[in-house]
Amino acid sequence: MTQSLNYLKETASQTAGPYVHIGLAPGDAGFDIYAQELGRDIAGPNAEGQRITVTGMVTDGTGAPVKDVLIEIWQANAAGIYAGAGDVEEGFRGWGRVIPDFDTGKFTFETVKPGPVAGTDGRMAAPHLNLWLVARGINVGLNTRMYFDDEAGNASDPVLNLIEQAHRRDTLIAKGDDAMYHFNICLQGIDETVFLDV
Amino acid sequence: MTSPLYQRDREWHPPALAPDYKTSLGRSPKNALLSLDGTPSELTGPTFGHNDIDAIDNDLLRNYAKSGDPVGERIILHGRVLDENARPVPNTLVEIWQANAGGRYRHKKDSYLAAIDPNFGGCGRTLTDENGYYTFRTVKPGAYPWRNWINSWRPAHVHFSVFGTAFAQRLITQMYFEGDPLIAKCPIVKSIPDQRAVDQLVAALDLNATIPLDSIAYKFDIILRGHRSTFFENRPEGN
Ligand SMILES: [Fe+3]
Repeated sequence: MTQSLNYLKETASQTAGPYVHIGLAPGDAGFDIYAQELGRDIAGPNAEGQRITVTGMVTDGTGAPVKDVLIEIWQANAAGIYAGAGDVEEGFRGWGRVIPDFDTGKFTFETVKPGPVAGTDGRMAAPHLNLWLVARGINVGLNTRMYFDDEAGNASDPVLNLIEQAHRRDTLIAKGDDAMYHFNICLQGIDETVFLDV
Repeated sequence: MTSPLYQRDREWHPPALAPDYKTSLGRSPKNALLSLDGTPSELTGPTFGHNDIDAIDNDLLRNYAKSGDPVGERIILHGRVLDENARPVPNTLVEIWQANAGGRYRHKKDSYLAAIDPNFGGCGRTLTDENGYYTFRTVKPGAYPWRNWINSWRPAHVHFSVFGTAFAQRLITQMYFEGDPLIAKCPIVKSIPDQRAVDQLVAALDLNATIPLDSIAYKFDIILRGHRSTFFENRPEGN
């Protein structure tokens, strides 16, 4: 026998289930309860930088839209600063919740394009949004990133370069231009998105 | 930014693919996750304050009541949010949602025949205090049927969402109730391979915290990933 290390174990995850909206976005579940729902405005009114709109869809292994998914976004501001890690604009939280249309599965959200972020090792990460997906059938929330196809920094991004199969890097890159981007997430299948163990 | 986190024990959590939970078949990635070593993108995370929520938001007996109290067994859910180093996680947002006492959710997609309760919304939220404590008042949810096998019933449960200080600590789970015979039959519970991890999801009846002649209490602690020490000039930092 040895001494016990006495660490606690992380609480195991369980699926958010089909009714995650009741808890995290009750207005979408069809009722109003809170004076203010959290996560409706990712960047806030005073954010500097390029305002962008992102559209897309999450699909399952059969190609069908995942209509009950909830996506959380976490991002830096246009200067590459995360809220809480440095000075950001008044009202900039950099976090939000995205719920697709229940009938079509298509989502749309607005934010500002983040700037490149300096890593702890000094290497620069290309501009990206951090995404976390929960839904019925997803046992542990899935982390991934959305990069932008018009950013030269993608070529030297440390995370994109960790992806062994070069063609799979494209699954993390939204297509678009200055203001409109399109990004699909595939949970399974030939175009399966790269998911991250963060 | 906080210091790096302990690696998530993926053998403690349910695997993405748990065939008895049928919906996981088509929604589980087949490729390995790409492991990252704590970048600022995951070691930072959103924070919330008391102006984001209202004081009544943690009282599900009252936060949607129209004409009186909701029907059902009145309960208090309370506990602490800690990390793997047993340190409290203060001022973190805890959100819950649940079915009403009959097992029906207030959701436009729930069509179970149990009645909607006009006085029960089914969601609440609160911030942990400086010692990581949270508390909710609600009714005990009912079991409900779901389409998995033809005769599948979910044990009574409350869904919990917790933040922590880093986006990589983000967690959604479900809390079950001590003594419920449906726990052992549930394919979603059984997606967890280790019985000790299941036991950790079962809140204990806490008679010390009940309010006599008013409400029964259950205690449920939630553990988030812990922070690694980062040694700087021989002095542990960051945890
Ligand atoms: Fe449920």
